[in-house]
Amino acid sequence: MLRHILKRILLSLPLLIGITFVSFLVIHLAPGEPTSLQTDLNPRVSAASKAQLRHLYGLDEPLPVQYVKWAWRSFRLDFGQSFAPDGRKVTEKIAERIPITIFLSLLEMLVIVLIAIPIGILSATRQYSLFDKATTVFVFVGFAMPTFWLALLCMNLFGVHLGWLPISGLQSMNYAQLSIGGEILDRARHLIMPVLVGALGGLAGFSRYMRSNMLEVIRQDYIRTARAKGLPERTVIYKHALRNALLPVVTILGLSVPSLIGGGVIFETIFAIPGMGQLFYGSVMSRDYPVIMGILVIGAALTLSGNLLADISYGLVDPRIRVAKER
Amino acid sequence: MENTVKHGEITGRFRRSVFWRHFRKNKLGLVGAGIVLVLAGIALLAPLLSPYDPTELDAQRILSPPSRAHCFGTDRLGRDVLSRIIWGSRISLLVGFIAVGIATSIGVLVGSLAGYYGRWVDSLIMRFVDLMLCFPTFFLILAVIAFLEPSIWNIMVVIGATGWMGVARLVRAEFLSLKEREFVLSARALGASDLRIILRHILPNALAPVLVSATLGVAGAILTESALSFLGIGIQPPTPSWGNILTGGKDNLEIAWWLSFFPGLAILVTVLGYNLLGEGIRDALDPRLRQE
Repeated sequence: MLRHILKRILLSLPLLIGITFVSFLVIHLAPGEPTSLQTDLNPRVSAASKAQLRHLYGLDEPLPVQYVKWAWRSFRLDFGQSFAPDGRKVTEKIAERIPITIFLSLLEMLVIVLIAIPIGILSATRQYSLFDKATTVFVFVGFAMPTFWLALLCMNLFGVHLGWLPISGLQSMNYAQLSIGGEILDRARHLIMPVLVGALGGLAGFSRYMRSNMLEVIRQDYIRTARAKGLPERTVIYKHALRNALLPVVTILGLSVPSLIGGGVIFETIFAIPGMGQLFYGSVMSRDYPVIMGILVIGAALTLSGNLLADISYGLVDPRIRVAKER
Repeated sequence: MENTVKHGEITGRFRRSVFWRHFRKNKLGLVGAGIVLVLAGIALLAPLLSPYDPTELDAQRILSPPSRAHCFGTDRLGRDVLSRIIWGSRISLLVGFIAVGIATSIGVLVGSLAGYYGRWVDSLIMRFVDLMLCFPTFFLILAVIAFLEPSIWNIMVVIGATGWMGVARLVRAEFLSLKEREFVLSARALGASDLRIILRHILPNALAPVLVSATLGVAGAILTESALSFLGIGIQPPTPSWGNILTGGKDNLEIAWWLSFFPGLAILVTVLGYNLLGEGIRDALDPRLRQE
């Protein structure tokens, strides 16, 4: 097993290098430069000072040189300094935002798992019942839902008209004056909408997946055997079938990392949550190369580790896979 | 030669009738097909259907709620929201179809090469596919779009260029199983060139799953376009797009619910239509699912 894990990690290293290469290429081959945003609109900027600015940022060197320099620095987790006026270190900027995004993604995953698994089981065991049909409709609507629209509607209803929930940020203005219990409650009230709305897409997909998994498992021979020997239906479903139907869950969770992180851009922008997505959107708008590169690489690295984690834990929970792979 | 052509025609017609017989039974799929057709009609007939010019300003009626004259209300420049949504359908469908066209073409090309030639071609291509799949797609699209002029063509190209990996995997898998079949071996024994085998013999048999993924892809591309336009880096006003009408809705959230409600509903129904159609086609094509 250890060998399998090591092999997987080694195999993902070239992917990581490829990730840096592709993101570097994509951004630098696209027209438009960070300096043009600062200089084009200002007629007083001379050609000489433009060149000086380009030199300052290292943009006058050939692309391969820029890439190698950048790659070497980023291996030491140094993505340079932001082009933004504050000129802070990219790593610092990302580091203060990444926990928020990861925390939100984990909460979303938790919501998805807690709701989707029961839905999947119930609609599989009651196939073609009213409940099954209702969840099918829910799944299709959930898939088709433009989540930023749902976010707007919820903000309008719960935030503006009913006034139940705050519509932006992670904490209220008077956060510092609250008691500990009040702080937790305040945080929770801010998180409810982003997390629930953000989880919807995954929820739809996951409950569909759980349903078809369960349907497949309960048609297998060992389930028929369990029923034939007279076990109560509850035991058959929740002890015998569920275990096998749950196996691929870890894989799907690992694979849902990119969509959760990518979706963060929209939610964090709408709900004004200071996470990585919001930082990314801001940097994209101001062509802040180093920050864009840093986030693109870290986002891809997170995805890669999600895949890796899924792969390894699948081997851990399912002995059949482990044996097959070691052979 | 004549015989084979005739034979092909018959099996083709037979397959179509079998497909139709199964598709007809799928109510959700039919609903999807209906939605898709109606939308195509709306987009085609936009000039006839829309009650106003979508870019016509009316200073007298700024942000007026739905009324008899403007049944979806007006936006902050007094433009009729219904007309903008009707014209916006053209943008959404255009982006959806062309982006998926690009993604499907790249995916089919790359997937066929990998599946047919195997060996190092396959490993090289598939490693690149793995690599591309590591990027959160929305990040990649956003990064590229922001550096280009936010024109409709750039959006189509970028959505297409970041969405081909799934198709490539599908086509490769089909090619892997088809290239060892007898009809391909016999074509090769008769001296057919690689190109002919790929285009005439394998590809037509590998297209069914591609059709399904393309239909679902249109839905995805429409969603992505509207999200980009919503964030202000997609279709630029005054050109109406469902996403950029929604931006106006966000800015006037407290006072003009109709600005965010109707365009979002249009997106939801459209995406739902294409998803249902895609699933319907999949069910009708897959004999294993029919038994259920």
